[in-house]
Amino acid sequence: MHKKTGVPLFHISKRKALPWYGGWAIRGGAIVLAMVVCAIVTTLLTGENPLAVYATMLEGAFGTQRRIWILLQNIAILLCISLAVTPAFKMRFWNIGAEGQVLMGCLANAACLILLGDKIPNWLLILITVIASCAAGAIWAAIPAFFKAKWNTNETLFTLMMNYVATQLVAFFVIVWEVPKGAGQIGIINQKTEAGWLPQIGGNKYLLSILVVALVTVFMYFYLSRSKHGYEIAVVGESERTARYVGIKVKKVIIRTMVLSGAICGLAGLLLVGGINHTITTTVAGGLGFTAVMVSWLAKFNPLTMVFTSFLLVFLDRGANQISTDFGLNHSFGDILAGIILFFIIGCEFFIQYKLSFRKTVKKEEG
Amino acid sequence: METKSAAVKMRNISKSFGTVLANDRVWLDIYRGEILALLGENGSGKTTLMNMLSGIYFPDEGQIFIDDREAVIRSPKDAFDYGIGMIHQHFKLVDVLTAAENIILGLDEPGRLNLDAVAGKVKEICDRYGFDVDPWQKIYNMSVSQKQTVEIVKVLYRGADILILDEPTAVLTPQETDKLFAVLRNMRDAGKAIVIITHKMHEVEELSDRVAILRHGQFVGDMLTAKTNAQEMTNMMMGRPVSLNINRPDPVDPKPRIQVKNLTVRSIDGILKLDDVSFTANSGEILGVAGISGCGQKELLEAIAGLQPVESGSVCYLEDDGTEEELIGKDPLEIASMGVALSFVPEDRLGMGLVGNMDLTDNMMLRSFRKGKSFFTNRTEPRHLAESVVRDLEVNTPGVSTPVRRLSGGNVQKVLVGREISSAPTVLLTAYAVRGLDINSSYMIYDLINQQKARGVAVVYIGEDLDVLLELCDRILVLCGGKVSGIVDGRKTDKRQVGLMMTKLGGDGSHA
Repeated sequence: MHKKTGVPLFHISKRKALPWYGGWAIRGGAIVLAMVVCAIVTTLLTGENPLAVYATMLEGAFGTQRRIWILLQNIAILLCISLAVTPAFKMRFWNIGAEGQVLMGCLANAACLILLGDKIPNWLLILITVIASCAAGAIWAAIPAFFKAKWNTNETLFTLMMNYVATQLVAFFVIVWEVPKGAGQIGIINQKTEAGWLPQIGGNKYLLSILVVALVTVFMYFYLSRSKHGYEIAVVGESERTARYVGIKVKKVIIRTMVLSGAICGLAGLLLVGGINHTITTTVAGGLGFTAVMVSWLAKFNPLTMVFTSFLLVFLDRGANQISTDFGLNHSFGDILAGIILFFIIGCEFFIQYKLSFRKTVKKEEG
Repeated sequence: METKSAAVKMRNISKSFGTVLANDRVWLDIYRGEILALLGENGSGKTTLMNMLSGIYFPDEGQIFIDDREAVIRSPKDAFDYGIGMIHQHFKLVDVLTAAENIILGLDEPGRLNLDAVAGKVKEICDRYGFDVDPWQKIYNMSVSQKQTVEIVKVLYRGADILILDEPTAVLTPQETDKLFAVLRNMRDAGKAIVIITHKMHEVEELSDRVAILRHGQFVGDMLTAKTNAQEMTNMMMGRPVSLNINRPDPVDPKPRIQVKNLTVRSIDGILKLDDVSFTANSGEILGVAGISGCGQKELLEAIAGLQPVESGSVCYLEDDGTEEELIGKDPLEIASMGVALSFVPEDRLGMGLVGNMDLTDNMMLRSFRKGKSFFTNRTEPRHLAESVVRDLEVNTPGVSTPVRRLSGGNVQKVLVGREISSAPTVLLTAYAVRGLDINSSYMIYDLINQQKARGVAVVYIGEDLDVLLELCDRILVLCGGKVSGIVDGRKTDKRQVGLMMTKLGGDGSHA
């Protein structure tokens, strides 16, 4: 009989295919584990009762009707930007310039409100803001796309740099339009007349953004999975050589897709300025352009799944806020918890793709 | 015959990938002083089995004994310590280094690096077995066969005495194959254990002492080569009797279809890939293209298909009524919109012909998705096409919604060929259509190509197996370094002549 020595403790192998409930069971398990780890961390670091902390997170997200509306509105904006970057990602075009594209949409909108406010009929002004915001975002995205198509520049660096340019442009115009002079900020634009503000539906100031983004979600789902454009995007993303082999014009697809991507970012900017904030600062996008990258990836580029992933991230963020106020803790503590939960959720994807086989106990050798 | 003790005993080896059982309780013995041919269809688990011996995979179950002591091989380094060396199909050499530098790369020898000593030892190995390697030559200056030699010397230098070669002849000319076989015989006579994985029956018969056959991951049997024949081995591989003849019906009413004149192509780096190539491909005929790999075959087809920028020359498409259409300067879409039904089965199946992550239906759409004015795609027709391809060509797949990358090589090729001939082409270009395919799939592809020939299609068939080219093609165009070495009649020529033409323009026999 031979004793096996030095057999690895476990080895990793790819799973064939997991039924859908298997995947969700693993994800559910990951969330439970994350909660347990968060509870331990909470008790060790703060001495607070972890259950009370979780209750506070739920409270922060769903505690009042207003909080629920804000939660939904935040989801809508994050989802909108996530949908915007998704076609580019499906094309393997790493657009991390959503932040800048949103800012340019915001800037175009603010410019229209300030320069044209009360000078033309309101419906015309709103129409112009819609077109201007989308066009500004589209142009901001089309520039790196053009360079990529023409000279194969690196789109990741290019779009990243375009973010800084956009931030500086906004900073510049904030000074140009500051009210009052020397304040360093613009304040609410057209506060008295509300000229160019997006209309409220049934007196609810949150509903419009939510409905618009719901429409964009459905559009994006069908655009990517059913349309000829979506098919071309998928082929270009998978293999440019295949695309050329079947006569798809790769350069055209890159530019067209990025124009769409940027236009939807511009739309998010429109909602942020025209629908929600009615002012502009350099931080109006608040890093959502980067969070959106994570939302899109977590959902594996499926627009419908993105509803859930954007909910998750917004929920964690709102919950973290509430913890910091209720328990008098640093805001970073909430972020630590959010980080732990995300770590488990992203990490569990590995176990959906692969399985670990542990070393079997040594069997008696047969015959 | 004296009873030899096996150098390697593999016992009850199982390995699965997901739900696929690649090896199922395999027993295999490898002896010193013997060349073992490991035979089996695609996906029968030959390479997986050998990868477990060379430390790339670790078996799920089973044991490996080397010289009667149990061995645990967890990494290629462990394998080297046991004296096992594997030569893979794709070479793992650093182009900008010399042969000697590549040979010692990764070796942790004590003391300072002494390349002269290395070169001396390399020379010694070469002299012993009859290799021909210049230790100071850079890899990028070498031919494929020289690179392979370096790979073999590399494992010998590391003291390997159990050598595994994975389809070593796939990239060699007949002359180079003969040389390799001579070297392998020398190594056998020096007492080394040699395993070669191959699909080619005549090589098994010519070279090996013993054959072991795998089918569907299971060991079917082994026997002395001298006591069996190609037909019996094929039957064992397939598990049923199979005919080994390739049909070659006479051409049907051949008329010029594609006329290539003075075609010259340079790669992006400015290297001359095709030099003043002229020929005609006729309808109802199979034109074979032979040549050492990388002699411009790929560029030739891509230039005709509108995928390769051309420096000069012309490619004319001749219609039955005599009108001529120039194809140079047009992309595949423009060529199709001119009404030229040109199908192209490229060499790179998953990187060019198909999209690996898409399912069968979506891959069927690649050529036709633009049809109709609707903004949306219509997947009904592609799905029906996928279903009929699966049915007619016996594609082994769980369904038409399976990503094609999950299929085995032969099935991937059937999907690609099925789509390309579904559009009723008048010209069919194929590059290495049976590369890596097992016997069953290969014969199905030959049949499909013959059916197209019978329909009056002009077929251009780039192949690497000269035996097949000589049996299948009506005429054979031989390329040598991007130039046309000659066009011969497939019925009247032989392997030796074509082999010489591949290595020397015109093939005059001054070079042995």
